[in-house]
Amino acid sequence: MTSLSVVRRIRARPAIVFDAITTAEGIAQWWGPDAGPVLLSESDPRVGGRYRLRFRMLDGTEHETSGEFLEIVRPERVLMSWRWKDGLEDPGESRVEITLRAVPEGTELTLTHAQLHDEETRLSHEQGWTGALGKLQAQFSTNGTAI
Amino acid sequence: MVNYQDRLNRTFAALVDPTRRAILAQLERKESASISELAQPFSIKLPAVMKHLDVLDDAGLVTRSKSGRTVTVRLRPQPMREAVAWLRRYERFWSERLDGLAAYAESKEAEAQGKDR
Repeated sequence: MTSLSVVRRIRARPAIVFDAITTAEGIAQWWGPDAGPVLLSESDPRVGGRYRLRFRMLDGTEHETSGEFLEIVRPERVLMSWRWKDGLEDPGESRVEITLRAVPEGTELTLTHAQLHDEETRLSHEQGWTGALGKLQAQFSTNGTAI
Repeated sequence: MVNYQDRLNRTFAALVDPTRRAILAQLERKESASISELAQPFSIKLPAVMKHLDVLDDAGLVTRSKSGRTVTVRLRPQPMREAVAWLRRYERFWSERLDGLAAYAESKEAEAQGKDR
């Protein structure tokens, strides 16, 4: 399965981080301004509830993503479906899972964006090509090939 | 012209197979190789290797050139770079978003602690 994970430590308690991620007001505050302005932020943070987010990137392109909250456990975990509106970047539905763990300085956040690119996911069955790609990428890098 | 999405699909599909990945890894180490050299580490017959090379060729990951009776295979890294760039774009996207989230949540935390005092 195609997926990527990002881990980040944040100096804020999990409840604050959780509300920033799941509420429309919260999302609108942090999604930009590096990405350009948030044009629309809607969120109904409960299982079966939906969210919608429209934003403009610095390159001027506008993007809209939306999905459904599949699991939501405040302030620990949220699992949502994710779909780009125009589907050009990445057609099909993927999943975003965010888990929050309390640590002494605040919160350790782990974000996993999985089932990216359905076409390849279907083709890749049990073989994780991501790992292979990583290895090949490492080989290219050690050979000094610019990527 | 094959579009970007088709190219990505072909690259990822080509990389699914462990034998094909091993072939690519071999080519990565050498400048070029003949088909029999490539087949040597595997317990599969030449025609099977040829089929794998067809897939890699379709994906643009290798080039084959014939000289007399010998076919020389070379790695063509461009599709791989595109695939890696595609994955990295997502990584960068989320990394930037989380920078924003951290800054915002940390300011809210500071606010909350100010109120607690």
